[in-house]
Amino acid sequence: MTYDLTPLWLSLKLATVTTIVLILVGIPLAYSLAFSRGRTKPFWEALVSMPLVLPPTVLGFYILVLLSPGHAFGAFLERVLDVRVVFSFTGLVIGSVIFSLPFMVNPVKAGFQNFPHALIEAAYTLGKSRRQTLVSVIIPNTKASLLTGIVMSFAHTMGEFGVVLMIGGGIPHQTRVASIAIYNEVEAMNYSAANFYSVILVVFSLAALVLFHVLYRRHGEVV
Amino acid sequence: MKIFLKKTLMAPEGPFDLSIDVEVRDGECVSLFGRSGCGKTSILRMIAGLQAPQEGLVKADGEVWFDSSAGINLPPQKRAAGFVFQEYSLFPNMTVEENLKFALRRGEEAVRVQEYLGLVGLKGLERRYPSKLSGGQKQRVALARALLRHPKVLLLDEPLSALDVQTRWRLQDEVLRLYEKTGITMILVSHDPFEVMKLSGRVFMLEAGRIVKSGGPQDVFCGSEWEVFFQSAKNGPRAVRGF
Repeated sequence: MTYDLTPLWLSLKLATVTTIVLILVGIPLAYSLAFSRGRTKPFWEALVSMPLVLPPTVLGFYILVLLSPGHAFGAFLERVLDVRVVFSFTGLVIGSVIFSLPFMVNPVKAGFQNFPHALIEAAYTLGKSRRQTLVSVIIPNTKASLLTGIVMSFAHTMGEFGVVLMIGGGIPHQTRVASIAIYNEVEAMNYSAANFYSVILVVFSLAALVLFHVLYRRHGEVV
Repeated sequence: MKIFLKKTLMAPEGPFDLSIDVEVRDGECVSLFGRSGCGKTSILRMIAGLQAPQEGLVKADGEVWFDSSAGINLPPQKRAAGFVFQEYSLFPNMTVEENLKFALRRGEEAVRVQEYLGLVGLKGLERRYPSKLSGGQKQRVALARALLRHPKVLLLDEPLSALDVQTRWRLQDEVLRLYEKTGITMILVSHDPFEVMKLSGRVFMLEAGRIVKSGGPQDVFCGSEWEVFFQSAKNGPRAVRGF
Protein backbone atom coordinates (compact mmCIF):
# COMPACT_ATOMS: atom_id res chain seq x y z
CA MET A 1 0.00 0.00 0.00
CA THR A 2 1.30 3.45 -0.85
CA TYR A 3 0.83 6.48 1.34
CA ASP A 4 0.84 10.16 0.50
CA LEU A 5 4.25 11.50 1.52
CA THR A 6 3.42 15.21 1.17
CA PRO A 7 2.42 15.70 4.84
CA LEU A 8 5.89 14.51 5.88
CA TRP A 9 7.62 16.75 3.35
CA LEU A 10 5.47 19.66 4.45
CA SER A 11 6.39 19.10 8.10
CA LEU A 12 10.07 18.88 7.19
CA LYS A 13 9.91 22.00 5.04
CA LEU A 14 7.99 23.92 7.70
CA ALA A 15 10.46 22.93 10.43
CA THR A 16 13.46 23.85 8.27
CA VAL A 17 12.13 27.24 7.19
CA THR A 18 10.94 28.04 10.72
CA THR A 19 14.32 27.15 12.20
CA ILE A 20 16.18 29.31 9.67
CA VAL A 21 13.89 32.27 10.38
CA LEU A 22 14.31 31.67 14.11
CA ILE A 23 18.11 31.70 13.83
CA LEU A 24 17.93 35.07 12.08
CA VAL A 25 15.35 36.55 14.45
CA GLY A 26 16.19 34.69 17.65
CA ILE A 27 19.93 35.47 17.93
CA PRO A 28 19.58 39.28 17.85
CA LEU A 29 16.58 39.04 20.16
CA ALA A 30 18.45 36.78 22.60
CA TYR A 31 21.42 39.17 22.46
CA SER A 32 19.37 42.24 23.28
CA LEU A 33 17.53 40.43 26.09
CA ALA A 34 20.75 39.01 27.53
CA PHE A 35 22.59 42.33 27.70
CA SER A 36 19.81 44.88 28.15
CA ARG A 37 19.36 46.50 31.52
CA GLY A 38 16.15 48.31 30.66
CA ARG A 39 13.22 48.39 33.00
CA THR A 40 10.90 46.77 30.47
CA LYS A 41 13.16 43.70 30.12
CA PRO A 42 10.98 41.40 32.32
CA PHE A 43 7.99 42.25 30.16
CA TRP A 44 9.77 41.30 26.91
CA GLU A 45 11.15 38.13 28.51
CA ALA A 46 7.63 37.16 29.59
CA LEU A 47 6.25 37.91 26.15
CA VAL A 48 8.84 35.67 24.46
CA SER A 49 7.98 32.84 26.87
CA MET A 50 4.19 33.17 26.48
CA PRO A 51 3.92 30.33 23.90
CA LEU A 52 5.25 27.96 26.59
CA VAL A 53 2.18 28.48 28.78
CA LEU A 54 -0.61 29.42 26.37
CA PRO A 55 -2.69 26.66 24.76
CA PRO A 56 -1.64 26.49 21.08
CA THR A 57 -5.27 27.05 20.09
CA VAL A 58 -5.33 30.43 21.84
CA LEU A 59 -2.16 31.52 20.05
CA GLY A 60 -3.41 30.08 16.76
CA PHE A 61 -6.75 31.81 17.17
CA TYR A 62 -5.25 35.25 17.67
CA ILE A 63 -2.74 34.86 14.86
CA LEU A 64 -5.59 33.72 12.62
CA VAL A 65 -7.68 36.74 13.51
CA LEU A 66 -4.74 39.12 13.07
CA LEU A 67 -3.74 37.76 9.68
CA SER A 68 -7.22 37.31 8.25
CA PRO A 69 -8.33 39.77 5.53
CA GLY A 70 -11.15 40.87 7.83
CA HIS A 71 -8.61 42.42 10.19
CA ALA A 72 -6.69 45.61 9.44
CA PHE A 73 -3.27 43.93 9.41
CA GLY A 74 -4.40 41.01 7.23
CA ALA A 75 -6.17 43.45 4.90
CA PHE A 76 -3.01 45.53 4.69
CA LEU A 77 -0.95 42.46 3.73
CA GLU A 78 -3.45 41.54 1.04
CA ARG A 79 -3.79 45.04 -0.36
CA VAL A 80 -0.14 46.11 -0.30
CA LEU A 81 1.77 42.86 -0.72
CA ASP A 82 -1.00 40.92 -2.44
CA VAL A 83 -0.59 37.89 -0.17
CA ARG A 84 -3.13 36.07 1.87
CA VAL A 85 -1.27 34.35 4.67
CA VAL A 86 -4.08 32.50 6.43
CA PHE A 87 -4.54 28.93 5.21
CA SER A 88 -1.21 29.14 3.37
CA PHE A 89 2.31 27.86 3.99
CA THR A 90 3.50 31.42 4.77
CA GLY A 91 0.88 31.62 7.50
CA LEU A 92 2.14 28.34 8.95
CA VAL A 93 5.69 29.73 9.05
CA ILE A 94 4.57 32.92 10.82
CA GLY A 95 2.61 30.93 13.40
CA SER A 96 5.42 28.41 13.93
CA VAL A 97 8.05 31.12 14.37
CA ILE A 98 5.98 32.77 17.11
CA PHE A 99 5.12 29.45 18.71
CA SER A 100 8.72 28.17 18.79
CA LEU A 101 10.32 31.52 19.68
CA PRO A 102 11.07 30.61 23.33
CA PHE A 103 12.69 27.35 22.28
CA MET A 104 15.30 29.31 20.33
CA VAL A 105 15.59 32.51 22.37
CA ASN A 106 15.74 31.08 25.92
CA PRO A 107 18.71 28.67 25.53
CA VAL A 108 20.65 31.15 23.37
CA LYS A 109 19.99 33.96 25.87
CA ALA A 110 21.18 31.74 28.74
CA GLY A 111 24.33 30.91 26.76
CA PHE A 112 25.06 34.59 26.13
CA GLN A 113 24.45 35.52 29.78
CA ASN A 114 26.83 32.85 31.04
CA PHE A 115 29.56 33.85 28.61
CA PRO A 116 32.51 35.47 30.45
CA HIS A 117 32.12 39.21 30.21
CA ALA A 118 35.89 39.74 30.31
CA LEU A 119 36.18 38.17 26.84
CA ILE A 120 33.61 40.60 25.47
CA GLU A 121 35.53 43.50 27.02
CA ALA A 122 38.79 42.13 25.63
CA ALA A 123 37.27 42.24 22.13
CA TYR A 124 36.12 45.83 22.69
CA THR A 125 39.59 46.92 23.80
CA LEU A 126 40.93 45.33 20.60
CA GLY A 127 38.74 47.74 18.65
CA LYS A 128 35.97 45.34 17.70
CA SER A 129 32.37 46.52 17.46
CA ARG A 130 29.49 44.84 19.27
CA ARG A 131 28.46 43.08 16.07
CA GLN A 132 31.96 41.82 15.32
CA THR A 133 32.26 40.63 18.92
CA LEU A 134 28.94 38.79 18.69
CA VAL A 135 29.85 37.07 15.42
CA SER A 136 33.53 36.26 16.06
CA VAL A 137 33.68 35.79 19.81
CA ILE A 138 30.32 35.18 21.48
CA ILE A 139 28.56 32.90 18.98
CA PRO A 140 31.53 30.56 18.27
CA ASN A 141 31.98 30.06 22.03
CA THR A 142 28.30 29.43 22.81
CA LYS A 143 27.73 26.83 20.10
CA ALA A 144 26.21 24.36 22.54
CA SER A 145 23.33 26.65 23.48
CA LEU A 146 22.80 27.66 19.86
CA LEU A 147 22.64 23.97 18.97
CA THR A 148 20.08 23.41 21.73
CA GLY A 149 17.98 26.25 20.32
CA ILE A 150 18.16 24.90 16.76
CA VAL A 151 17.27 21.32 17.68
CA MET A 152 14.50 22.26 20.08
CA SER A 153 12.89 24.70 17.62
CA PHE A 154 13.12 22.17 14.80
CA ALA A 155 11.74 19.28 16.84
CA HIS A 156 9.02 21.43 18.34
CA THR A 157 7.87 22.61 14.91
CA MET A 158 7.84 19.04 13.57
CA GLY A 159 5.44 18.03 16.32
CA GLU A 160 3.25 21.14 16.24
CA PHE A 161 -0.50 20.58 15.97
CA GLY A 162 -2.81 23.20 17.43
CA VAL A 163 -1.34 26.33 15.90
CA VAL A 164 -0.89 24.85 12.42
CA LEU A 165 -4.43 23.50 12.47
CA MET A 166 -5.87 26.87 13.43
CA ILE A 167 -3.87 28.91 10.92
CA GLY A 168 -3.47 26.36 8.14
CA GLY A 169 -6.76 24.52 8.33
CA GLY A 170 -5.18 21.24 7.24
CA ILE A 171 -5.60 21.73 3.50
CA PRO A 172 -4.13 18.66 1.70
CA HIS A 173 -0.85 19.38 -0.17
CA GLN A 174 -0.76 22.92 1.19
CA THR A 175 -1.01 23.06 4.95
CA ARG A 176 -1.74 19.49 6.02
CA VAL A 177 1.44 18.61 7.89
CA ALA A 178 2.23 15.15 9.31
CA SER A 179 0.71 15.73 12.76
CA ILE A 180 -2.61 16.82 11.21
CA ALA A 181 -2.52 13.96 8.69
CA ILE A 182 -2.24 11.49 11.58
CA TYR A 183 -5.26 13.05 13.25
CA ASN A 184 -7.27 12.94 10.00
CA GLU A 185 -6.33 9.32 9.34
CA VAL A 186 -7.36 8.27 12.84
CA GLU A 187 -10.65 10.10 12.40
CA ALA A 188 -11.21 8.19 9.14
CA MET A 189 -10.19 4.96 10.95
CA ASN A 190 -7.20 4.47 8.59
CA TYR A 191 -5.01 3.16 11.38
CA SER A 192 -2.33 1.76 9.09
CA ALA A 193 -1.78 5.18 7.47
CA ALA A 194 -1.77 6.86 10.88
CA ASN A 195 0.75 4.29 12.03
CA PHE A 196 2.92 4.90 8.96
CA TYR A 197 3.20 8.64 9.63
CA SER A 198 3.62 8.11 13.37
CA VAL A 199 6.44 5.59 13.03
CA ILE A 200 8.34 7.91 10.71
CA LEU A 201 7.90 10.84 13.12
CA VAL A 202 9.04 8.76 16.10
CA VAL A 203 12.14 7.45 14.28
CA PHE A 204 12.97 10.87 12.88
CA SER A 205 12.59 12.65 16.24
CA LEU A 206 14.68 10.05 18.03
CA ALA A 207 17.42 10.26 15.40
CA ALA A 208 17.44 14.07 15.61
CA LEU A 209 17.75 14.01 19.40
CA VAL A 210 20.53 11.40 19.34
CA LEU A 211 22.42 13.52 16.83
CA PHE A 212 21.91 16.53 19.08
CA HIS A 213 23.35 14.78 22.12
CA VAL A 214 26.36 13.59 20.11
CA LEU A 215 27.02 17.11 18.84
CA TYR A 216 26.36 18.63 22.24
CA ARG A 217 28.95 16.39 23.83
CA ARG A 218 31.48 17.45 21.24
CA HIS A 219 30.79 21.19 21.32
CA GLY A 220 29.69 21.41 24.94
CA GLU A 221 33.25 20.69 26.03
CA VAL A 222 34.73 23.46 23.93
CA VAL A 223 33.05 26.17 25.96
CA MET B 1 48.88 61.45 29.73
CA LYS B 2 46.38 63.12 32.01
CA ILE B 3 44.18 61.06 34.30
CA PHE B 4 41.65 62.77 36.51
CA LEU B 5 38.85 60.53 37.79
CA LYS B 6 36.10 60.74 40.37
CA LYS B 7 33.63 57.99 41.11
CA THR B 8 31.80 56.49 44.07
CA LEU B 9 32.69 52.81 44.29
CA MET B 10 31.04 50.05 46.26
CA ALA B 11 33.10 47.90 48.59
CA PRO B 12 31.96 45.22 51.05
CA GLU B 13 32.55 47.73 53.88
CA GLY B 14 30.39 50.32 52.16
CA PRO B 15 30.73 52.97 49.46
CA PHE B 16 33.87 55.11 49.13
CA ASP B 17 34.92 57.92 46.82
CA LEU B 18 37.64 57.27 44.32
CA SER B 19 39.43 60.44 43.40
CA ILE B 20 42.74 60.63 41.58
CA ASP B 21 44.49 63.25 39.51
CA VAL B 22 47.80 62.21 37.96
CA GLU B 23 50.01 62.93 34.99
CA VAL B 24 51.94 60.11 33.35
CA ARG B 25 54.79 61.04 31.03
CA ASP B 26 55.16 59.39 27.63
CA GLY B 27 57.20 56.22 27.87
CA GLU B 28 56.90 56.09 31.64
CA CYS B 29 55.93 52.97 33.56
CA VAL B 30 53.90 53.71 36.65
CA SER B 31 52.27 51.37 39.13
CA LEU B 32 49.06 51.59 41.05
CA PHE B 33 49.74 49.74 44.27
CA GLY B 34 47.38 48.89 47.07
CA ARG B 35 45.21 46.27 48.71
CA SER B 36 42.41 44.63 46.77
CA GLY B 37 39.26 46.71 46.69
CA CYS B 38 41.04 50.06 46.85
CA GLY B 39 39.96 50.99 43.32
CA LYS B 40 43.07 50.09 41.27
CA THR B 41 41.28 48.00 38.68
CA SER B 42 38.43 50.51 38.38
CA ILE B 43 40.99 53.17 37.44
CA LEU B 44 42.34 51.02 34.60
CA ARG B 45 38.81 50.21 33.44
CA MET B 46 37.91 53.89 33.37
CA ILE B 47 41.03 54.72 31.34
CA ALA B 48 40.14 51.95 28.85
CA GLY B 49 36.51 53.07 28.64
CA LEU B 50 35.04 49.89 30.12
CA GLN B 51 33.55 51.89 32.97
CA ALA B 52 32.66 55.57 33.19
CA PRO B 53 33.62 57.91 36.03
CA GLN B 54 31.08 60.38 37.39
CA GLU B 55 33.51 63.17 36.72
CA GLY B 56 36.85 63.27 35.05
CA LEU B 57 39.28 63.95 32.25
CA VAL B 58 41.35 61.34 30.44
CA LYS B 59 43.74 62.59 27.80
CA ALA B 60 46.37 60.58 25.95
CA ASP B 61 48.85 62.08 23.51
CA GLY B 62 46.71 65.20 23.12
CA GLU B 63 43.61 63.14 22.38
CA VAL B 64 40.64 63.48 24.74
CA TRP B 65 39.18 60.07 25.63
CA PHE B 66 36.90 61.25 28.40
CA ASP B 67 35.85 64.71 29.49
CA SER B 68 32.78 65.02 31.66
CA SER B 69 32.67 68.82 31.31
CA ALA B 70 32.52 68.57 27.50
CA GLY B 71 30.36 65.45 27.47
CA ILE B 72 33.03 63.37 25.70
CA ASN B 73 33.16 59.64 26.37
CA LEU B 74 34.88 57.61 23.67
CA PRO B 75 33.93 53.91 23.61
CA PRO B 76 36.75 51.42 24.32
CA GLN B 77 36.99 50.66 20.59
CA LYS B 78 38.09 54.24 19.87
CA ARG B 79 40.69 54.50 22.65
CA ALA B 80 44.20 53.41 21.72
CA ALA B 81 44.70 51.51 24.97
CA GLY B 82 46.03 47.97 25.21
CA PHE B 83 44.49 46.03 28.07
CA VAL B 84 46.02 42.92 29.62
CA PHE B 85 43.60 41.16 31.92
CA GLN B 86 44.49 39.13 34.98
CA GLU B 87 42.69 36.06 33.65
CA TYR B 88 44.35 36.40 30.18
CA SER B 89 41.04 36.65 28.28
CA LEU B 90 42.19 34.77 25.21
CA PHE B 91 39.42 33.70 22.86
CA PRO B 92 39.07 29.92 23.31
CA ASN B 93 37.74 29.39 19.78
CA MET B 94 40.86 30.90 18.18
CA THR B 95 44.41 29.62 17.91
CA VAL B 96 47.32 31.73 19.16
CA GLU B 97 47.77 33.14 15.67
CA GLU B 98 44.06 33.86 15.25
CA ASN B 99 43.94 35.58 18.63
CA LEU B 100 46.66 37.93 17.44
CA LYS B 101 45.15 38.42 13.99
CA PHE B 102 41.90 39.44 15.66
CA ALA B 103 43.68 42.54 16.99
CA LEU B 104 44.68 43.73 13.52
CA ARG B 105 42.79 46.55 11.88
CA ARG B 106 41.05 45.92 8.59
CA GLY B 107 43.59 45.75 5.78
CA GLU B 108 46.54 45.51 8.13
CA GLU B 109 49.20 43.01 7.14
CA ALA B 110 49.32 39.69 8.91
CA VAL B 111 53.12 39.87 8.77
CA ARG B 112 53.06 41.84 12.01
CA VAL B 113 51.53 38.85 13.77
CA GLN B 114 54.70 36.84 13.12
CA GLU B 115 56.83 39.75 14.30
CA TYR B 116 54.97 39.98 17.60
CA LEU B 117 54.94 36.22 18.05
CA GLY B 118 58.72 36.37 17.82
CA LEU B 119 58.83 39.32 20.19
CA VAL B 120 57.22 37.33 23.00
CA GLY B 121 59.02 34.09 22.11
CA LEU B 122 55.98 32.14 20.95
CA LYS B 123 57.10 31.07 17.46
CA GLY B 124 56.11 27.47 16.88
CA LEU B 125 52.94 27.71 19.00
CA GLU B 126 50.89 29.55 16.35
CA ARG B 127 48.41 26.75 15.82
CA ARG B 128 47.80 25.90 19.46
CA TYR B 129 44.53 26.71 21.15
CA PRO B 130 44.65 28.63 24.46
CA SER B 131 43.48 25.54 26.37
CA LYS B 132 46.77 23.85 25.37
CA LEU B 133 49.00 26.65 26.70
CA SER B 134 50.56 27.17 30.12
CA GLY B 135 49.62 30.23 32.17
CA GLY B 136 52.86 31.99 31.24
CA GLN B 137 52.38 31.29 27.54
CA LYS B 138 48.79 32.55 27.70
CA GLN B 139 49.90 35.84 29.22
CA ARG B 140 52.59 36.26 26.52
CA VAL B 141 49.87 35.87 23.88
CA ALA B 142 47.74 38.43 25.72
CA LEU B 143 50.69 40.86 25.86
CA ALA B 144 51.48 40.47 22.17
CA ARG B 145 47.78 40.85 21.29
CA ALA B 146 47.45 44.06 23.30
CA LEU B 147 50.63 45.52 21.75
CA LEU B 148 49.59 44.68 18.19
CA ARG B 149 47.02 47.47 18.22
CA HIS B 150 49.70 50.19 18.53
CA PRO B 151 48.31 51.40 21.85
CA LYS B 152 49.36 54.74 23.29
CA VAL B 153 49.26 53.17 26.70
CA LEU B 154 49.44 49.59 27.90
CA LEU B 155 47.19 48.85 30.88
CA LEU B 156 48.19 45.81 32.89
CA ASP B 157 45.67 44.60 35.45
CA GLU B 158 47.58 42.33 37.84
CA PRO B 159 48.81 40.49 34.76
CA LEU B 160 51.06 38.02 36.54
CA SER B 161 49.23 37.33 39.77
CA ALA B 162 47.73 34.03 38.59
CA LEU B 163 51.18 32.60 37.77
CA ASP B 164 53.56 30.61 39.96
CA VAL B 165 56.54 32.47 41.39
CA GLN B 166 59.17 31.25 38.91
CA THR B 167 57.00 32.00 35.89
CA ARG B 168 56.13 35.35 37.36
CA TRP B 169 59.78 36.36 37.66
CA ARG B 170 60.49 35.25 34.11
CA LEU B 171 57.49 37.15 32.79
CA GLN B 172 58.53 40.26 34.75
CA ASP B 173 61.83 40.19 32.86
CA GLU B 174 59.89 39.73 29.67
CA VAL B 175 57.60 42.69 30.35
CA LEU B 176 60.65 44.80 31.21
CA ARG B 177 62.32 43.80 27.94
CA LEU B 178 59.16 44.60 25.93
CA TYR B 179 58.86 47.92 27.71
CA GLU B 180 62.44 48.87 26.92
CA LYS B 181 62.11 47.73 23.33
CA THR B 182 58.81 49.43 22.51
CA GLY B 183 59.16 52.51 24.74
CA ILE B 184 55.44 52.33 25.42
CA THR B 185 53.71 54.09 28.32
CA MET B 186 52.61 51.50 30.87
CA ILE B 187 50.24 51.58 33.82
CA LEU B 188 50.54 48.51 36.00
CA VAL B 189 48.12 47.48 38.70
CA SER B 190 49.69 45.21 41.26
CA HIS B 191 49.60 44.21 44.88
CA ASP B 192 53.02 42.59 44.68
CA PRO B 193 55.69 45.03 45.98
CA PHE B 194 58.53 43.13 44.23
CA GLU B 195 56.82 43.43 40.91
CA VAL B 196 56.20 47.13 41.42
CA MET B 197 59.84 47.74 42.33
CA LYS B 198 61.15 45.76 39.42
CA LEU B 199 58.92 47.19 36.72
CA SER B 200 57.97 50.72 37.53
CA GLY B 201 59.73 54.05 37.81
CA ARG B 202 56.97 55.65 39.83
CA VAL B 203 54.43 54.27 42.26
CA PHE B 204 51.07 55.57 43.38
CA MET B 205 50.06 53.96 46.64
CA LEU B 206 46.29 53.82 46.96
CA GLU B 207 44.08 53.50 49.99
CA ALA B 208 40.29 53.56 49.67
CA GLY B 209 40.34 55.36 46.35
CA ARG B 210 42.92 58.00 47.19
CA ILE B 211 46.64 58.30 46.52
CA VAL B 212 48.29 58.34 49.92
CA LYS B 213 51.89 58.32 48.70
CA SER B 214 53.64 58.64 45.37
CA GLY B 215 57.17 58.75 44.03
CA GLY B 216 59.98 56.33 43.17
CA PRO B 217 59.51 52.82 44.62
CA GLN B 218 62.24 53.53 47.14
CA ASP B 219 60.55 56.68 48.49
CA VAL B 220 57.15 55.07 48.62
CA PHE B 221 58.08 51.82 50.29
CA CYS B 222 60.73 53.13 52.74
CA GLY B 223 59.23 54.10 56.03
CA SER B 224 56.02 52.25 55.23
CA GLU B 225 54.75 48.89 56.36
CA TRP B 226 56.23 47.56 53.11
CA GLU B 227 59.80 48.53 54.04
CA VAL B 228 60.62 44.98 55.04
CA PHE B 229 59.76 43.88 51.48
CA PHE B 230 61.86 46.62 50.05
CA GLN B 231 64.91 45.73 52.16
CA SER B 232 64.59 42.07 51.21
CA ALA B 233 64.03 42.85 47.56
CA LYS B 234 67.23 44.87 47.39
CA ASN B 235 69.10 41.62 47.96
CA GLY B 236 67.34 40.10 44.94
CA PRO B 237 64.17 38.07 44.77
CA ARG B 238 65.98 34.84 45.48
CA ALA B 239 66.97 36.05 48.94
CA VAL B 240 63.34 36.31 49.94
CA ARG B 241 62.12 33.10 48.48
CA GLY B 242 61.21 31.80 51.90
CA PHE B 243 59.26 34.88 52.79
